Amino acid sequence: MNAPATNSEKTAPITIQRGAPGEESWTETFDVPWRAGMSVLDAIVWVRTHADSSVAFRYSCVNANACKECIVSVNGKTVYACTQRLLEEGTEVGPLTNKTLIRDLVTDIVPPKENLRTILAERAKG
Amino acid sequence: MIHLETDVLVVGAGGAGMYAAIAAARNGADVILADKSLISRGGATIMAQMTTAAALGDEEPDSWEKHYEDTLEAGRGLCNEELSAILCREAIDRIRELDDWKVGWARKDGNITGVMAPGHSVPRCVYVDFLNTGPAVAKCLRTQVARADTVMRVSGLAINDVVVEDGVVTGAVGWNLEDETPVTIAANAVIIAAGGLTRLYQRNSASVNMNGDGYAMALRAGADLIDMEFPQFFPIGHLAPRLVGMDPIMWDPFRYKLGGRLFNAKGEEFLHKYGGEDAEKYTTTRDIISYGITKEHEAGLTTENGGVHLSFQHIPEEKLREAFGPVIDKLAANGIDLTKDTVEVAPIAHYHMGGIRVNGQMETSIAGLYGAGEVVGGANGANRLSGNAIPEAFVFGERAGRFAAEYARGRNRVWSDAAAQEHLDLLNTLISRQADASGDKAALGEMWFELQNLMWDKVGVLRTGDKLAVALTRIRELRIALADMVPADDAEFNMTLQDWYDLRSALLTAESVTLAAINRTESRGAHQREDFEKMDSSQEQNQRLRLGDDGALLSDYLPVAKGVAA
Repeated sequence: MNAPATNSEKTAPITIQRGAPGEESWTETFDVPWRAGMSVLDAIVWVRTHADSSVAFRYSCVNANACKECIVSVNGKTVYACTQRLLEEGTEVGPLTNKTLIRDLVTDIVPPKENLRTILAERAKG
Repeated sequence: MIHLETDVLVVGAGGAGMYAAIAAARNGADVILADKSLISRGGATIMAQMTTAAALGDEEPDSWEKHYEDTLEAGRGLCNEELSAILCREAIDRIRELDDWKVGWARKDGNITGVMAPGHSVPRCVYVDFLNTGPAVAKCLRTQVARADTVMRVSGLAINDVVVEDGVVTGAVGWNLEDETPVTIAANAVIIAAGGLTRLYQRNSASVNMNGDGYAMALRAGADLIDMEFPQFFPIGHLAPRLVGMDPIMWDPFRYKLGGRLFNAKGEEFLHKYGGEDAEKYTTTRDIISYGITKEHEAGLTTENGGVHLSFQHIPEEKLREAFGPVIDKLAANGIDLTKDTVEVAPIAHYHMGGIRVNGQMETSIAGLYGAGEVVGGANGANRLSGNAIPEAFVFGERAGRFAAEYARGRNRVWSDAAAQEHLDLLNTLISRQADASGDKAALGEMWFELQNLMWDKVGVLRTGDKLAVALTRIRELRIALADMVPADDAEFNMTLQDWYDLRSALLTAESVTLAAINRTESRGAHQREDFEKMDSSQEQNQRLRLGDDGALLSDYLPVAKGVAA
């Protein structure tokens, strides 16, 4: 799952939505080495490791579906990237549309009481 | 910049960190509980599948002393006996406290029920069905933390450095991931509960944030580490076929409940060749099974994927369902029918026995600096019993919180910007540097990739002096290379800035593990040297590492702490 692509290897395209609030979003497509059964999370981790480390993405537990942090939109459906299989013909990944965008695939899923900016704003109100 | 103040800062919000926050709050302290991931979601606790060892004695006679004897036996002579005794004695209190908090321990006939696990003399490993111990514990502690009025919980706050002035902890420096704002925290006490180092290895079973932060932070603050040569390899991590949505250590619970058999690629049982037991018996400890599978691999007796077969084919479907219910359906969704198919398993980096050197009050050698959970070394010696990691998180977390609160309460808060300046300067430099847009966009990712493969190949299950020397040289080169690397120019959720700091921790931690492994010229527990295959009684001592003034690691030996303190 971790190896860089070689010429002989079959790849699958993953299209990732990029951008932060206040700028026009764009998409980038990466050809990821294909392994039968691989998850969308595997593909995003491959992109961060071998193509572009700056892709913003929230995850912790790595394919165990325990942390529930990797929630994103895949081909228009809200899913966990770790349980969604990558499609050989192509997969489009974007941020959740019903949450505030932070950057790329990361949205504000932090409970307000655990968000430093919200905590400080509440304190300032007294 | 944001400046915060508190009595006690807890770094890391897994099981140990959350327990520390609860305990510090109920002992009268104001607390900030910070995690670079989300509170209760990151770290190893939430990944726990099943076993939590405690000598409750509800179902059959047991005592903490028996648990303690089993722990020392597994630890191969290197356990800090005071810490092991605390762990085994207080595990009982913590398991009962979580029961009061309605975590949902599995019960039989009204009693909390335990299973037998390898190396234990009594069935004492309690759990939450089905494979739900970690999520249930994480949720339960999260609820308790939320009820503690004096705990401020902050997700997405990465702590980089502990600030020490005149040998005393005064706080910490970090940054808010969401907007890259530097954060300083004045704190009378800091508890490091940042978990282990399994991410250093290519095959690992823990969360991505377990990258050695705690060890590196402690070293840089001037504290001691011990036993760093002992990362634990879980022997039967899932290898193939590909599973999604399941933890690679899930086969352990299957073996506890159903037995199962291990075969090499020729269909032969093999553990007897390495001093273990075959057939349905799941009694062989982790170090021996990992060694056995790796030796079979070297002899060309593993599968194409490099693993061995684990079989439950002889167990009827209704028994599988009774033991694991919905998990059987998840396996079916992954195309696996255990009545027909074997699965392939192989060792996987799972836990770290070594870590920060603390006393029974969880204090390091630096005033005001505490450790809790996996990041602490000593309680499990050279090899950890299955089931001892989760109680370690609870017991050491509770103690660290309690003693840190006692220390911090009523102390004058000392904070000077000057003492924090070098840490802030580094952060501000990294933030203000502009990455060359034409440069390698994956340079930090590739460095992670190289480090994980290097550690797996050269500092893994079977080691030699030559392989370790190659690793040490390369790790030192990578440390130098990292200093010149530039994170991307992103103000929001800058993952390359996080990669940079994660690698800084990971490389110092990797160097610690490798240097310690070079120095230990024997085989003991999880540290197996092919060039020194025997255990050497003259090396029954703990290796200590510290950071010298010039930034080089210094190593010496301490006698093992024997004899149980009251």
